[in-house]
Amino acid sequence: MTARLLPWLFVAFMAVLPLWMHDQYILYVLTSTGIFIIAAMSLNLLLGYTGQLSLGHVAFFGIGAYTSALLSLGFDLDLGGAEPFVLDPQPVWIAFLGGILMAAVFGWLIGRLAFRVRGAYFVIVTISFAQVMRMVALNWVDLTEGPMALNNIPPLTVWWPGEGFVPLYSKEHYYLLVLAVGVLSYVIIHRLVQSRVGRALIALRENESLARSVGINVTRYLVIATVVSAGMAGAAGGLYTHYIRIVDPDIFMFIYTVTMVIMVITGGKGTLAGPVVGGLLFGFLPEVLRDVARPEVQWIIYGAVMIVIIFFLPQGIVPAVGKLFSRKKKHPRHDARTPTAPRITEGASS
Amino acid sequence: MLKLKDITVCYGKIPAVRNVSLEVGEGELVTLIGANGAGKTTTLRAISGLLPLAAGEITFRHKPIGNTPARDVLALGLAHCPEGRRVFPQLSVRENLEMGAYLRHDREGIARDMERIFDRFPRLQERLHQAAGTLSGGEQQMLAIARALMSRPKMVLLDEPSLGLAPNLVERTFEIISDIRKEGTTVLMVEQNALAALEMCDRSYLLETGQVVERGTGREMLGNPHIQKAYLGG
Repeated sequence: MTARLLPWLFVAFMAVLPLWMHDQYILYVLTSTGIFIIAAMSLNLLLGYTGQLSLGHVAFFGIGAYTSALLSLGFDLDLGGAEPFVLDPQPVWIAFLGGILMAAVFGWLIGRLAFRVRGAYFVIVTISFAQVMRMVALNWVDLTEGPMALNNIPPLTVWWPGEGFVPLYSKEHYYLLVLAVGVLSYVIIHRLVQSRVGRALIALRENESLARSVGINVTRYLVIATVVSAGMAGAAGGLYTHYIRIVDPDIFMFIYTVTMVIMVITGGKGTLAGPVVGGLLFGFLPEVLRDVARPEVQWIIYGAVMIVIIFFLPQGIVPAVGKLFSRKKKHPRHDARTPTAPRITEGASS
Repeated sequence: MLKLKDITVCYGKIPAVRNVSLEVGEGELVTLIGANGAGKTTTLRAISGLLPLAAGEITFRHKPIGNTPARDVLALGLAHCPEGRRVFPQLSVRENLEMGAYLRHDREGIARDMERIFDRFPRLQERLHQAAGTLSGGEQQMLAIARALMSRPKMVLLDEPSLGLAPNLVERTFEIISDIRKEGTTVLMVEQNALAALEMCDRSYLLETGQVVERGTGREMLGNPHIQKAYLGG
């Protein structure tokens, strides 16, 4: 019962936080951590539930960010015809959805291509994909402005009765929006993992040949997982770009993917809460350390914490805590059950 | 019911199985025996669609099934219980059984079949919500067989059901396989334990280095001097 209530208590706590926490800097850190947690959750769907490591996950994040930015700013593009193709600025939410859609389409493409070659090859394909995207963003100056970056990206809006769509300029409001999208993403992944599709994904991760022999269409489910995962990473990218309101090719940097992977692995891959816990820890750790340690020392501590977690809790934090709890609970229940169920000896040995 | 005609299966360029022909009639229990690396498992994997054929034909109930995706083979009523790790260790016993019925959509039928399986394997019902990986080796084997039966197959392929089990469990496993066959499910079984395999089967094939070298009824094979010398320690 408590285990079920816990996520909602956490959400409620996070939701009332801006009521008493007015430190803008903390809110800023929480918001960007939240965006990364959404991206980490999307990575977890692939890494944790299908066992495929996407080391180019930031590509989907960046595609979402760039698409959403371009659609909301509008652009013109010389396609070689007489008239350049001109797109007027679109409402931000349309742009945001466009970003999700574009990321999902690329997810589908990568899924179709990469799952013919799984394991190490998938890792290489995804890394290359992210690098190619970075090069495109850097060099297609007509569209992306290259290293000059896209500026003045409008913030996301919210519909308010009587006032229509109001832009979200305040940190508190954007924080709440990110929290809402985060909860929605969590629910989507939760539903997906509990469904027939999720069962198939887990079966696949555990024993692919067996999964195929019980009739699971391996490629199809892997592609579904990649599409959902890419779309969600695209949503995180959209949130990010409308929040900091500038986007440049550095968004495709490898370090962002690594950050997501660290969040997933330390939190506990293949668990729903894992990326949230890992994300909060590693999103917040540098900020907590800021007061007590110099920057170089901060990164050393950051690395040390990571190594300690991987070393002592190889499954991640969430499974370790879960095990601790179930061990405590199990003992009395186990004792109560033993006398009522006389052990049938068949199959008991070995 | 199942017919293999001159099949060849290769890993890369190296053929692991060459020109194997065999036949399993409706309701029969047929075994494939042979040493490690003889091509027994490869043959089963080719039948169930997990490996492509380099040459030859496979027909199941008069339909060609060579190079057919595993799910389509299963949909025709041919279930495969692979060797090695045979269960999904992190899924519960119930979820494992449900995976066996993955291609079925008749909820009531699935529930009924699950009840039937619990009658036969009471241990599984006791451990319904336990992760399959925490079961003993024998229980996992029971679960694997039960899962294969959940697809309501007309025929099952069993790959080394006795592998890694304690002797008393091996016996129990073979009893269950005999029961399954008595209920009308055709069985093709790979088994290294040649004596047990020959005693319980209708007919058997001996594979050596990827080819069928002997065939016959269980009794004939038990009396075959080559088999006695090489496989029965006599």
